[in-house]
Amino acid sequence: MKTPLYEAHVALGARMAPFAGWDMPIQYEGILAEHRHTRTRCGVFDICHMGEFELRGAAAEQDLERLLTARIRDLAVGRCRYGYLLNESGGALDDLTCYRFAADRFWLVVNAGTRADDAAWIRSHCSPETVFGDISDRTAKLDIQGPASRRAMESAFGTPMPDLGYFHFVELNLAGAPCVLSRTGYTGEFGYELYFPAERALDFWRRLLAAPDAKPVGLGARDTLRLEVGYPLYGHELGPSRTPAGVAGGRFMDLSKPFIGRDAVKAELDRGPRERLVGLRLEGRRAARAGARIFAEGREIGAVTSGSFAPSIGAAIALGYVAEEVSTSAAPLEIEAGGARLRARVEALPFYRDGTARKDVR
Amino acid sequence: MNIPRDLLYTQSHEWVRIRGKHATVGITDFAQAQLGDLTYVELPAADDELSASDEAAVVESVKAASDVYAPLSGRVLEINSRVVEHPDIINRDPYGEGWLFKLEISDPSEKEDLLDADRYEEIIPEEE
Repeated sequence: MKTPLYEAHVALGARMAPFAGWDMPIQYEGILAEHRHTRTRCGVFDICHMGEFELRGAAAEQDLERLLTARIRDLAVGRCRYGYLLNESGGALDDLTCYRFAADRFWLVVNAGTRADDAAWIRSHCSPETVFGDISDRTAKLDIQGPASRRAMESAFGTPMPDLGYFHFVELNLAGAPCVLSRTGYTGEFGYELYFPAERALDFWRRLLAAPDAKPVGLGARDTLRLEVGYPLYGHELGPSRTPAGVAGGRFMDLSKPFIGRDAVKAELDRGPRERLVGLRLEGRRAARAGARIFAEGREIGAVTSGSFAPSIGAAIALGYVAEEVSTSAAPLEIEAGGARLRARVEALPFYRDGTARKDVR
Repeated sequence: MNIPRDLLYTQSHEWVRIRGKHATVGITDFAQAQLGDLTYVELPAADDELSASDEAAVVESVKAASDVYAPLSGRVLEINSRVVEHPDIINRDPYGEGWLFKLEISDPSEKEDLLDADRYEEIIPEEE
């Protein structure tokens, strides 16, 4: 599948590659330059491949409370919250963000690769009176990320941007189009996720790229940016064959409410997860890749789920699941890479601590 | 795509500059462009004895890792340690400052197996 911006990416000389069934831009001028540009100025990302669902009706809140691990009943209008969608055995069907527009109207923003299965699962678990809509095809999404994002947006649309706290959003008109502007992202930097009608995708893309300090950034840098701040990527750190009990100490799950998969997650948290997702700092620049086995004193104790050279760290880093007893120790570890063994240690997340995501950048 | 006329090439995208008994080896402009920004380089040790098509070096980018094969048999005379510290030199100047290692050629007849610029150009996929 192609986003409305496919031709624009090709015209910019982007390297295109398949991602979750979509032909997406991996890089334009280069992953390292795009990564640094996002950390210091403003990167514009085509995220039209991701899915958006709308749930409406008096029972929507209750339905979401049962479907999602995050608490929904105290989610205020104009706020969004991150959580998981689990199956009955606690396996992660997706990680997603839930937006509340009104007492009885919500959005879910879901991964591209899980969109169809999520829609079927959610539909089959909603009350009959809840109206579910997959609005992905008519909704474009651009992420504007980096400390210069607010200025870039104001320049692109010729209007001041509202003050928005982290994980707040607002409905507003930009260039005559109804938009949703969300103070969220996947880079660890100040910025926005912007949702708007798909037919305006090219116009908005051009406006943003004409803004000072704004450059297009591909999925390659999106991956290194999220890795440096320790955000999971569905299909790597999360999947249906394990619960998120070992991720971030069980955060993003409200065990005090009933939700699908809770019993399995709670049982695992009560006895202590056997494996935890940890950050791994390698000694050199050579990367450990997803699937590489991790050893402690010669014994296999886990595996890498994502790994790369980290441009803002200057060393290779990785995420991986390791045995509980290793997850909090500073013991030397070894990770296989080709025929070699790379030395590594567990490091507290995030790796990159100077991100502007929670700051109010003007 | 830059393919200097005065070099020889391999199917696996190494280049070789031969001066008498000495050969300088690197990766081609096509190879560096395919890999993208290089982040890690591992070179052989001086005095290593390499046979043609041995794994001689490793280059990695953010997204990919690739072995570099010895185009000819010989003893490693010198390695370019600057590219270990600054792998981006290979992206900027693959045929110049971005060379990887120099060999003393042990079997000159192996030159016959290398490709000239015209034949190397034929194996590079058309740019889109």
